This record gives sequence, C-alpha cells and structure tokens, in this order.
Amino acid sequence: MDLDFTAAEDAFRAEARAWLRAKVPATPLPSLETADGFAAHREWEATLHTDRWSAVNWPQEYGGRGASLLQWLIFEEEYYAAGAPGRVSQNGISLLAPTLFDHGTAEQRARVLPPMARGDVVWAQAWSEPEAGSDLASLRSTAVRADGGWRLSGLKTWSSRAAFADRAFGLFRSDPDKDADRPHRGLTYLMFPLDAEGVTVRPIGRLDGKPAFAELFLDGVFVPDEDVIGEPGQGWRVAMSTAANERGLTLRSPGRFIAAAERLRGLWDERADPADTALRDRVADAVIGARAYQLFTFAGASRIAAGGSIGAESSLNKVFWSELDIALHETALDLLGPLGELSDEATDAPAHGSWSEGYTFSLAGPLYAGTNEIQRDIIAERLLGLPKGRR
Amino acid sequence: MKFLVDDEQHDFARSLDTLLHAADTPAVVRAWSGGEPAAGRALWERLARAGVFALAVPERYEGLGPLPVELAVAFERLGRHAVPGPVVETVAAAAFWDRLGQRGVEVGAAWLPSLASGKTMASYGMPSAFSPYALDADTADVVLVVDGDTARLAETTGPVQPSADPVRRLARPVVSTGEPLARGPAVAEAAEYAAEYAALATAAQALGLGRALLERTVGYVRQRTQFGVPIGTFQAVKHRLADTLVALEFAQPLVYSAALALAGTDRAATAREVAAAKVTACEAAYTASRTALHLHGALGYTEELDLSLWIRKARALRTAWGTPSRCRARVLLT
Repeated sequence: MDLDFTAAEDAFRAEARAWLRAKVPATPLPSLETADGFAAHREWEATLHTDRWSAVNWPQEYGGRGASLLQWLIFEEEYYAAGAPGRVSQNGISLLAPTLFDHGTAEQRARVLPPMARGDVVWAQAWSEPEAGSDLASLRSTAVRADGGWRLSGLKTWSSRAAFADRAFGLFRSDPDKDADRPHRGLTYLMFPLDAEGVTVRPIGRLDGKPAFAELFLDGVFVPDEDVIGEPGQGWRVAMSTAANERGLTLRSPGRFIAAAERLRGLWDERADPADTALRDRVADAVIGARAYQLFTFAGASRIAAGGSIGAESSLNKVFWSELDIALHETALDLLGPLGELSDEATDAPAHGSWSEGYTFSLAGPLYAGTNEIQRDIIAERLLGLPKGRR
Repeated sequence: MKFLVDDEQHDFARSLDTLLHAADTPAVVRAWSGGEPAAGRALWERLARAGVFALAVPERYEGLGPLPVELAVAFERLGRHAVPGPVVETVAAAAFWDRLGQRGVEVGAAWLPSLASGKTMASYGMPSAFSPYALDADTADVVLVVDGDTARLAETTGPVQPSADPVRRLARPVVSTGEPLARGPAVAEAAEYAAEYAALATAAQALGLGRALLERTVGYVRQRTQFGVPIGTFQAVKHRLADTLVALEFAQPLVYSAALALAGTDRAATAREVAAAKVTACEAAYTASRTALHLHGALGYTEELDLSLWIRKARALRTAWGTPSRCRARVLLT
C-alpha cells in the first residue's frame, strides 16, 4: 500500500502547475452563469485547449493527452489550487463524452468531441421534466420517428447551462407503448441543437437570480439519426452505464475540495478568533473531509487501475462531497462575519465573491445528478442489501 | 500509487477473523469485565502467535515491525470482534521502547521480545497529556507511565474505576518515587510517537467496531417485521444506515493514510493524518453505535444483547487517546 506518485506523474504535475501559473487569469472571470461570464469562460476553454489541457484524459486524437485517471486527478488538484475558472464545458466533458466513448460511433466522437474540447460547442443536459425528477424514468417528452431521424416534443426543465449553451443531450420516450411496470424501456438518448427550429429556451434564475438553468420547450424538433447515441429504445441503459464506474469518481474531483479547504484554512488563520473552538472544529472538519474525499478517490482509482470497477459506490461519493461542499462554504461565510452576507456581485465581497458564489453553487449539490435521497436508497439497497421499498 | 490493501494483508485479516470468530469474543469480554481474565489471556496469546503484537516490535527485538499499515489492518479486526484487554496500550508501550532504543536508551530491551511473543501484556499511560487512568492496569504485567519527560513503571494501581464500557478496567497507576526508568527529551519525544501509535490503533479498532455494528444492524432490520414488512424497507431506516456506511467508508482511507504517515518520517504530517483518522473513525463508529442502538429498538438499549459490548466501547474509544476536540485542533495547528 502506498500513496506515492511516479517520476512521470510528478513531471506531469509540474508541467500542469507551470502552465496554469502562466495562464490563469489574475482576476477571476465574471460568473459563468451570466452572458458575459459565459463568453469569458468559453474563451478560457479555448485557451486550455490550445495546450491540450481542456480534456486531459481523452485520447490525443480528440484534443486530449491520453492521461490516466490518476493524472487527471493530479491535473484537477493543480487546476483548483491555481484558482482557475469553473468549467463551463463540465456537462459535456464529464457526462456526454464518457457516454460517447462507451456507446457512441467513431463518426460521432470525431464530430462532437473536438469542438467540445475547444469550447466551440458548450453542452447542456436535458434530463428532468416537470413531472419527472427523481423518478426520471417516468419522463414523457417524446421522440417520434420521422424521415431520416426523430422529432422531439415536450418540456425539459432544470437544464443546467442551457440559457447560453449551444446544444443539449438527454433522454426521450421513443416507444409510447411502454409497459407501466417497466418505464425504463423505450427511451432513446439524443443530442440536439438549442437553436433548432421548434426549440424555445426560457432561462430560470437560480436562488441568486442568475440564469444557471432553463426550461426547454420542444415542438417537433428534428434530430437526424446520426445524433442518436446507442440503440433507439436503449437510452436508459446507455445513460446509466456511465453514471457509475469512472464517472462516479470524476463528476466532482477532490482537487476542487482540497483547494477550497486550503482557502478556508487560510481564512481561519487570517481572521479567526482562536478562542472560537466551535468554528475551529468546523474548519478542521472541512479540511479532514476534503482529505478523506481525496484519499477515497485515490483508493477508487487504485481499484480501477488494478482492473476493478466502481458501481453503486459512486453514490457514497455523491452524498459525501455534496454535503462537504455546503458545510465548507457555510463555515467560510460564518468566518467572514458581517461580510459573509454580501452577494458575489458586491465590490466589497471578499475573494471576489467566490465564497458567496461557491455557497450558492453548493446548495444545488444534494439535488442534481440524482438527489441524495435517491443515492441513499441506492447505498442501502445495492451496497447494504436492504429490500426495495416505496420511495 | 496503489492505495489498496494487498493480498497478503487481506489474508492476514481473514486469518484473524477466523481466529476471533472461533474465540467467541462476547463471552471473553463478559468474563474480562467481571475480573476473570483467563480466557482473555489465552486469546491474547493466540493473537500474539498470529503476529499481532510483533507488528509493533522491531526485528532486533524478535518482532516483525514496526509495520503500522499491518497494525491498522489487525486492529480493525480486533475492533470488529471487540477484543478485550490493553491491546492499544501494549502497542504504544512497544512503540515507546522501540523509539527510545533508537535514541540509544535501551531500557525496553528486556520487555520488547516478550511483548512480541505475548508473554507480557503491557499497559501504558500518559497522565498529564491524556488520561489519569491506565487501561487494565490491574491485569497487565507491566504498566509504563510517561509524564512529561519522565518514564516510570507503576508499582501498584489504585482501585478499578468502572468505565461505561465495563470491559475497560481503568485504574490510576501508582509509580515508584525512586530513580525513573528514563528521563529527558528523548523520553518526551518517544512518548509522543507512542501516542500516535495509540491513536492509530484506536482509530483502526473503532473502524472495525463501527463496521460490526453496521453489519449486525443491517441483519436485524432485514428480519425485524413491522406493518407486515421488514423495517429495512422503510426509507427512514435505510437512510440512517446509508449515512452510517458513508461515514465509515470515508474514515477508512484516513486510517490507512495515517498508518502510511507513521511509517514515514514527516512528524507534522503524521500528527495531522493520525488526528484526522482518529476523530473521523471514532465519530463514524459512534454514529454506527447510535444507529445500531436506535434501529434495534428497546432491544438495543439492553445490556443482555451482545450488541451492547460494541455500543459501549464506541463511546469510550471516542475520547481515548485524543478527544475529538484535541484531534481537530491538531489537524489545524500542526
């Protein structure tokens, strides 16, 4: 058992660190949930891509570096330690791309991945519907066969990034004669442009008012066959097969939390009242939590490298980091005292508003990518072997 | 990087499981609590033969160690089976004497081989830094007490002060007033090193304890029926168990990382990692004990059920060799 990096991994870390030191903007970019911020973040993706840092773990032919999972973790540690911008392409890179690697065609990968890596095409997700949240398989938006493709109709909601993104991916019901007991059947995984005829995007303000997500009204939107991923009718399997395994590890990298915890420790050193041991304990818990998450991920990466896999264990991850993220940011805001209530747009906000922005962002963690209640059901049923019950 | 328990470590853990399963530890624990240590001593010797205590003793004193990762693996097993006795303190005493020996103070030479072989059961106390009591001081063959920079052996012990976990027989050691065993900065440093071993072994023990509590509780909620279905069908029950598993799963790698740190030379990093492991593993085990107690209903509140042996230990381990508050402070201050 060891936690050592090879000389090659150390060199990779040094290269990433040097590049980031030279290129990360000195002043944080405006929030990526605003039009200006979105454009600035898109440009940053192009900068990353110039030196193949936007998707390091992809094969070279698509703009990556063929990096190992461990190298990706190293890159992420350096990325967030350098205070680099949030990733506007996160949805595409961590959700759509792994699906294309597992289930897409060579033609789809060649067509979709390079523009994603450059930031030319930013992707939004189209999973939830007003009546299909945690019970995603009950979704009702349809894909109806048309000449050479499909026509999409229905309403998707809580579509992250969709206010400013270019394209979206999601699940649609292609077989309306579904067996009521098996709603997971008859779904198809499709990609479609957000500026296509028949698409209306209505941005939704998140808690701080920024249009971080949107409703998508779809009215007979044409999608060619080449934009179906996997077999029609097999969409649920396609979507879920990459929900576990590596993606369970890579949705939120430990580097993000290690960097935030280090900044929190800095804030404590700088501003804390040493007699306030209650606050000190919360800071320590955030530091310990980030370390635990990092080590848990190293163990998972070691397991994958040894030929193992990660399945329902990714639900442990999701519950852990989403709660850690909130606790960490709450602690920071409490440490900031009267300045803690300032919005990230206030010119007085410490750290360019990053604590306030980070807090708002963290509040969604227990909700997206499967609520933590769904994750706890998965943990209880698949890891602990408890009987299935009513949700 | 290969941050995984290897095959040999797995096999070692499995062999300890087999040994301890056959030993009927609940009966041994109840006897030990009642002041009848014979069965516990017999088990101690079997554990020694399996190599558990030799892991803390260096080869030049007929040991196999120090091997902190293997110690963590072993102590997780001891915790799982709620093994009684000063297991942590014996390891700490070995670490203390070994460290002192490395500094040329060979006062432990007479003890180390017999700690490894299981002939000697040691207790170890650091009254001003930790607890005024030494665990199982009435039963141990030797009680080592380090206060500041002075190491002495206890001549006798005060009366047993019953712990909330009755298997933990606490007593104040009464040390000799004559010439100490050793004195000086090397003693203080070795004591700090020994305390890290004690904290690591306690953390690993707590982890195993928590896992055993979770397993038993999962078994119980699968068979206990109310409203016509197993209570494990209900989300309120499931989610509490899921949270317990999350707590244990994220404590585990901290314990191994602390063991790796102890095998290295960075003392500040060791202090941080061990403190993080100690507080996290013990809190996870305590969470598991509360979950176990609650989900067993009134049964979980009884002394009669063997579950109580694990539940009560979880509370005691929380404060042994580093309170949660001390551990959290060390994570930030070192």
